Amino acid sequence: MTLVRRLAQRWLVLVVCVAIWEVVARAAGNPFFPPPHAILASAARLWFSGPADGLFLTDEVHLHLLTSLRRVLGGWFIAAVAGIGLGTALGRSPTSMDYVGPVLSFTRAIPPPALIPVFLVIFHIGLGMQLATIVFGAFWPILLNTVDGVRSVDPTQWDATRSFRTPRRHRILFVVLPSAAPKIFAGLRLGLSFALILMVVSELVGAVNGIGYQLVAAQRQFDLPPMWAYIVLIGVLGYALNAALLAVENAALGWQPARHTRVLT
Amino acid sequence: MPHRRRPLRGLAGASAALLLWEGAVRAGLVDDRFLPPPSAVLGALLTLIGAESFLRDVLATVLAWAIALGIAVAIAVPAGVLLGSIPWLKVATRAVVELLRPIPSVALIPLVILVIGGGPEAKITLAVYASVWPILFNAVYALGEIDPLLLDTSRACGAGRVRTLATVALPYAAPFVFTGIRLSAAIALIVVVSTEFLAGATLGIGTVILTASSGAGRMDLVLAGALTAGVIGYLVNESLAALGRRWLGWSPLGRAVV
Repeated sequence: MTLVRRLAQRWLVLVVCVAIWEVVARAAGNPFFPPPHAILASAARLWFSGPADGLFLTDEVHLHLLTSLRRVLGGWFIAAVAGIGLGTALGRSPTSMDYVGPVLSFTRAIPPPALIPVFLVIFHIGLGMQLATIVFGAFWPILLNTVDGVRSVDPTQWDATRSFRTPRRHRILFVVLPSAAPKIFAGLRLGLSFALILMVVSELVGAVNGIGYQLVAAQRQFDLPPMWAYIVLIGVLGYALNAALLAVENAALGWQPARHTRVLT
Repeated sequence: MPHRRRPLRGLAGASAALLLWEGAVRAGLVDDRFLPPPSAVLGALLTLIGAESFLRDVLATVLAWAIALGIAVAIAVPAGVLLGSIPWLKVATRAVVELLRPIPSVALIPLVILVIGGGPEAKITLAVYASVWPILFNAVYALGEIDPLLLDTSRACGAGRVRTLATVALPYAAPFVFTGIRLSAAIALIVVVSTEFLAGATLGIGTVILTASSGAGRMDLVLAGALTAGVIGYLVNESLAALGRRWLGWSPLGRAVV
C-alpha cells in the first residue's frame, strides 16, 4: 500500500500534466503543440520500426543517434583527460593559478557557440569542428573543479606521505586524486551536460547527420511531431547520461564520508 | 603579501598568453586567415567599439540578458522556496523537474523560432528557461539540507513555521541560492549569444559574429565579438562574486561557495 502511495506521490503530477497536455492539445489543435500520443507515435516510427534482427532499431538510430552519442562521449572524454591532467598540475603548484587564473576565467566566459565560426574555418564541417566545440565547452568545469579539489587536499596527509618519501606519482595517484574525487566528479557531471548541449549546437550549424541536424531538418520541413520527438530524446539522453555518471560516482565514492550534498557550487 | 602580488601575476599570465598567441600566428604555426593574431583582433575590436551599431548590438545582448535573469530569479526563487519548504510538493513535482531540467535550451531553439519568431522574445524565453534550473535546484536542495538541530532549536524557542522559514531557513539557503544565480547569469549570457547566433536575430553580439562569419569570413571580427561576450561574462561573474562576498560573507557557507 505504501509503495503504491509513494509511486502515486512521485508520478501523479507528471501523469496529470501529460494528460492535461493531451486533452488541451487535442482540443486546441495547434499544429505547433502536438499531443503526447502523436509525439510518441512519431518517435516509435522514427527509431523502433526497423527489422526484427536489428532489435527493431531503424537506420536512423545508427546514422544519427549513435553518431551523436559517440561525439558527446568522445568530446567529453578528451575534455576529462585534459581537464583532470592539467587541473592536477595547476592545483599542486602554489602560485600557478595566480598567473593563469584570470586568463582561464576569462576564456571560460566566452560562449562556446561564438567560436563555432573559427572552429568551422579551421576544421571544416565535420567531426573535428564538433569535437572542438564540445571539448571547449566541457573542458572548463572539469579543469576548474579539479584545481579546486586538488588544492583542498588535507596538508597533514600530504606532509605524512612526504615524510614517508612516497614517490611523487604514487602521492598524486593514491592521495591527491582520491581526496579530490568528489569535486572532480562534480566537474565531470557539469562537463557532460555541457557536452550534450554543445553536441546539439554544433550539429545545428555544421553537420550532415546527428540529432541536432535531424532536429533542424524537421523544423525546416514544419514536421512538428518528429521535432518534438527529438526534443524529448535530447532530454531523455541528458537525464540518462547524468544518471549513469551519478551511479558510477556513487559506486566509486561510496567510501567518502558526508557525501550527500546535491547543491550546485 | 601574496595577495598584493596576485593581480600582477594575473597580468603577467595574460600578457604571456597574448604574446604566445601572437607569436604562434606570426611564426606561421597557424594560418592567420583562420586565427588572426591578437593585434589584429584588438584592432578589429577598436573599430567595432567606434561604430555606433556595435554598441547597439552590445546593448541589445546585455538588455536581453538582464531581463532574462530578472525573470528567472523572480520565478525560481519563490518557486524554490515553496518546493523546498513543503515536503509533499517537493516529492510530487520532482519527476516533472527532473525530466524538464536536462532538456538543453538549445534543443528548444527550433521550436521557439517557429512559435515566437526570431525577435528578442525568443532569446529571452530560452535564457529564462535555461537559467531557472540552477537557482531552483539550489534553493530546493539547500532548504532540504538544513541541520535539523537548527530547525528544532528554532521550534523549541517558540518560532512558528513562517518565522523559522524567514529567520533560519532562508538565511541558511541564501548563499546557495546566490551561487545558483551566479551560475545562471553565466548560462543566460551564453544562451542569449547562442540564440542570436543560431537563430539570426536582428541585433546582438551573436548577430555580429554571424554576419562576420558568413560571406567574407572575417575571423578578426568574429573573435572580437567573442571576446566582447567573454569580457561581459567575466565582469558579470566577478562582480556577482564580489557582491556575494560582501553580502554573504557573514556565513561560513557563503564564504565557501561564493
